[in-house]
Amino acid sequence: MLARAPTMTFLAEVEAETPGDARLIHCIQCGTCGGSCPSGPDMEHTPRHLFAMIAAGMREDVLRSNTPWYCVSCYYCTSRCPQEIHITDIMYSLKRMAIREGHYRDSTAASAPGWSETFIDYVEQYGRSFELGLATRYHLRHHPLNAVKMATGMGLGMFVRGRMEIKPTRIKGLAQLKAILAEAKTIGGAA
Amino acid sequence: MKYAYYPGCSLERNAGAYHDSAMAVAGPLGIEFESIEDWNCCGASEYVALELLPAYSLIARNLAIAERQPGPAHKLVAPCSMCFLNLSKVDHHMASVPAVADNVNRALAAGGLRYDPGSVQVRHLLHVITEDVGLEAVRARVQRPLYGLRVAPYYGCLIVRPAYGEARDDPEYPTSMDELVRALGATVVDYPMKAQCCGGHMTQISEPVALEMIRRLLKNAADYSADAIVTLCPMCQLNLDAYQDAVNKHFGTDFRIPVLYFTQVMGLAFGHDAKTVGIGKEFVSANAALAKIGVEPPEAPAKERASKDALPMPGRPKEN
Repeated sequence: MLARAPTMTFLAEVEAETPGDARLIHCIQCGTCGGSCPSGPDMEHTPRHLFAMIAAGMREDVLRSNTPWYCVSCYYCTSRCPQEIHITDIMYSLKRMAIREGHYRDSTAASAPGWSETFIDYVEQYGRSFELGLATRYHLRHHPLNAVKMATGMGLGMFVRGRMEIKPTRIKGLAQLKAILAEAKTIGGAA
Repeated sequence: MKYAYYPGCSLERNAGAYHDSAMAVAGPLGIEFESIEDWNCCGASEYVALELLPAYSLIARNLAIAERQPGPAHKLVAPCSMCFLNLSKVDHHMASVPAVADNVNRALAAGGLRYDPGSVQVRHLLHVITEDVGLEAVRARVQRPLYGLRVAPYYGCLIVRPAYGEARDDPEYPTSMDELVRALGATVVDYPMKAQCCGGHMTQISEPVALEMIRRLLKNAADYSADAIVTLCPMCQLNLDAYQDAVNKHFGTDFRIPVLYFTQVMGLAFGHDAKTVGIGKEFVSANAALAKIGVEPPEAPAKERASKDALPMPGRPKEN
């Protein structure tokens, strides 16, 4: 895990959390990112706005924003940024930092990390994703009313079309995978 | 041509039609696939949101297995755009950032594995067909040209952006699948939103946001009178197909556009029947599109309830 050096600016921390040279410091506030973003209208801050907040060291406000959670990972901003900033990767960095520091709980997208956590829980347990378990557990926990709708609508539709598995598939090398992931967790940050 | 094959979790079940149709067209094109041994999930876009190094190590286990598997494993084909991006991304970051390579290999060593960045070439299935096989060979296999079928080619995001390694297509207006579909005899309609996002997992985070993104894509295809949307990604297919009904309810629209994989329309053009290429598993029926190209629908027509000896009663309207 990356140590939080007291001398490090918040911007430097975000860059250090991102693999390779994220180039965030080169942001010229042009707004091409927000203008290219398909979910931008539903974000509390456009990426440009958020990057200005990062530069200003507004740590809590940034990590409480719904923006990283509403990023759909389409890479339009990344591909268009005139400064070649790795915007999508930075959004992932902000998600990880928000989870570590618990700030996402105050955001309007508070249930979003639950989807990722439930998804990965199955992957860590079986080596493969498991849609039925994922949808059931996530909705029961975060959107109980939706769970019934999902089970009788989408879930049933997927099932009758032979598009949903009833039981998860377990890989043979599960012990090996678990050892790799445990070691990776011990080592911490990859950047 | 031999390739190592990484199906990914989606093709095992919800996108089974993609897998079946890919296998149905591979033979005629002279492509042989060998699945990589005991592969694991790529973590989609979820693991990187939680922890970076475990996410990269999960992905790298597949690359390491491919590297040491004998045979054609240095060319690894992923039909799913998310898997394609994840495998390419980790290879790219390991090759360009030594600290990433060191850390990932330290983690892999705990499982007795190692990956040398750059040793496995990650390819998307579309590019294998359009570049390695080539359109001439595709054209030569067409037995049932798809004349008159209007197709909106939908690429989504991750096959064109951020394009680690060599960029093969324009990141905003790709054309490789257009040319492929045209080689099958179909009419490719202009589809300005062809590389816009389907919303990915947003249906689960905020459904109204996701439905609006899906609506724009369906409307754009409907505006150009497409008979079908053809795609190359399981997530795109699922969102546009399975949520089409929800879009119609939410916005009061009446979209009925089937969403097929490019390998399914290839299979039809090669003379396969609908069932062989997995048609019939869609939420939005493809029967109207099939009728345009003279393909029998997958299921037998609904049986009349009454026997011949029964009293005359009005028949049930036939489903199209």
